[in-house]
Amino acid sequence: MTTSGYEAVIGLEAHVELATATKLFCGCPNEFGAAPNTHVCPVCLGLPGSLPVLNRAVVEYALRFAAALGFRVPDESIFARKNYFYPDMPKDYQISQYEEPILVDGSIEVDGVHIGIERAHLEEDTGKTTHMGGGGRIHEADYSLVDYNRAGVPLMEIVSRPDIRTAEQARAYVSELRGVLKALGVSDVKMEEGSMRVDANVSVRPVGTEAFGTKVEIKNMNSLRSLGRAIDFEIERQIAALEAGERIVQETRHWDEADGRTHGMRTKEGSSDYRYFPEPDLVPVAPSGEMRAAAAAAVPELPAARRARLVADWGVSEADARVLVDVDGLADFAAAAVDALRDGAARDVANWCTGDVMAHLNETGLSIEVLPLAPDGLAELVGLVAAGTISRNQAKDVLAECLRAPTRPAQVVAERGLEQVSDTGALAAVVDEVLAANADAVAEYRSGDDKAKKKKRGFLMGECMKALRGQGNPQLLNALLDERLA
Amino acid sequence: MTDGSAPITRADVEHVARLARLALTDAEVERLTADLAAVLDHAADVAALDLDGVPPTAHPLPLRNVLRDDAVRPSLDRDEVLAAAPVAEDGRFRVPRILDPS
Repeated sequence: MTTSGYEAVIGLEAHVELATATKLFCGCPNEFGAAPNTHVCPVCLGLPGSLPVLNRAVVEYALRFAAALGFRVPDESIFARKNYFYPDMPKDYQISQYEEPILVDGSIEVDGVHIGIERAHLEEDTGKTTHMGGGGRIHEADYSLVDYNRAGVPLMEIVSRPDIRTAEQARAYVSELRGVLKALGVSDVKMEEGSMRVDANVSVRPVGTEAFGTKVEIKNMNSLRSLGRAIDFEIERQIAALEAGERIVQETRHWDEADGRTHGMRTKEGSSDYRYFPEPDLVPVAPSGEMRAAAAAAVPELPAARRARLVADWGVSEADARVLVDVDGLADFAAAAVDALRDGAARDVANWCTGDVMAHLNETGLSIEVLPLAPDGLAELVGLVAAGTISRNQAKDVLAECLRAPTRPAQVVAERGLEQVSDTGALAAVVDEVLAANADAVAEYRSGDDKAKKKKRGFLMGECMKALRGQGNPQLLNALLDERLA
Repeated sequence: MTDGSAPITRADVEHVARLARLALTDAEVERLTADLAAVLDHAADVAALDLDGVPPTAHPLPLRNVLRDDAVRPSLDRDEVLAAAPVAEDGRFRVPRILDPS
């Protein structure tokens, strides 16, 4: 934004659904897509006399996240009631953490920059409301229907510091955070399915000044792409307002994917006086040294380290390493193929994965586990190219067939008779036949200038390939032709 | 909320009542303003004590880490649940219009 004389200051709040078997405070299943109100019990419905009990796995997941990103875990954290009247919570309050969150002061490195994370706290998700009548919009609806299956599902809210400056950096932060959470196995982090939701606090200030401008919270972005678009729109909107001499109003705005704009909500709804107070039904959480140590031991290799290893060990580019690590299961698939490799380079395996295999996944919407191609099949394909049995172009066709139906590359090569002729004796015989049958062309080659030489040589090479039905090893054929025509 | 002389005003009580969705009569607001002032006086007595070095009490019970295993337990029968709702529709709780159309 330097061209306009302004810079943006962005902080992100990510709400992540934790992938536990049960809800935060009761034994109801934490499962997406069940029939409405079939995963409810006295605790998550807030029936009188019921008492919440914290899920141990949630604490373990939070501690694992803390170990991964260097958070401080205070000796004790407590839960609070956030009071509000809205039918998405049957209790008329949400149990959250307010003054004493479970994790504070972490950070994550994004493209060489450390983005601070102020805190991460635990809270329960709300139910799902569907507005009936008035086109499904809350303001025009006649009434609403509520499904409480999601009420009480464990959420971790991860609040960044206002260290982000551009929409691109915001996307990269979320992408890196997602990768870490996925590697830790604590969440599915699918923005499209709502298991990760990100709100952004955006303000702008003249370049070179320190004081923050008035911030606006934007919500309702359900993909990385819409997060980036919404932030860019909001930055431009605020700069335009300031340039026009207007003041920025502190408010919450909704992103509308369809019109590509943010829209202010009615200010009345924005009044937030939640009257937090300590939740009397829950005692403090004080993670023991054992729990902390177990969580630290459960941290696997994180995406940044894995990317660095792929770059160093396989010689792939940083961008390709990112694709391999970001796409579910792709790096594991490639690693298994590399392990099965007898002939050929790891880098070739990676290139097929980020190229043709990725293209196939994108085209079909399939995930890598359901492909008919197994990692050792890809290793076999790379081996066939490395041994000169088939050319790279033929390998593309063979791979395409192996991605469609269960078969093996060697079998496809045999069935289609694709095997490349690499027997020097056989190739030499063909070259000699072609040269004998095209004596005129050979003579013109010998007497011609560079241009004529090139043309005639191309013709003779084509005749050789034709005789070999396109299956001659091109490197060997070229060498033989050069030898004979010298 | 407090200005020294009057620990709590009628306006404060009306504000809190609105947040809690309580419809109070004038007489009730009057009585609660006095009652809540007495409660706040008591809080002021506690606040006046020298509590340096006394950790805040988050909970009266001397317990930490009451946790349960992440194991699924049966949920309630939906028909039974929805039978307790004033109105249900399509397997869900039916609630009145959430926002004023104004």
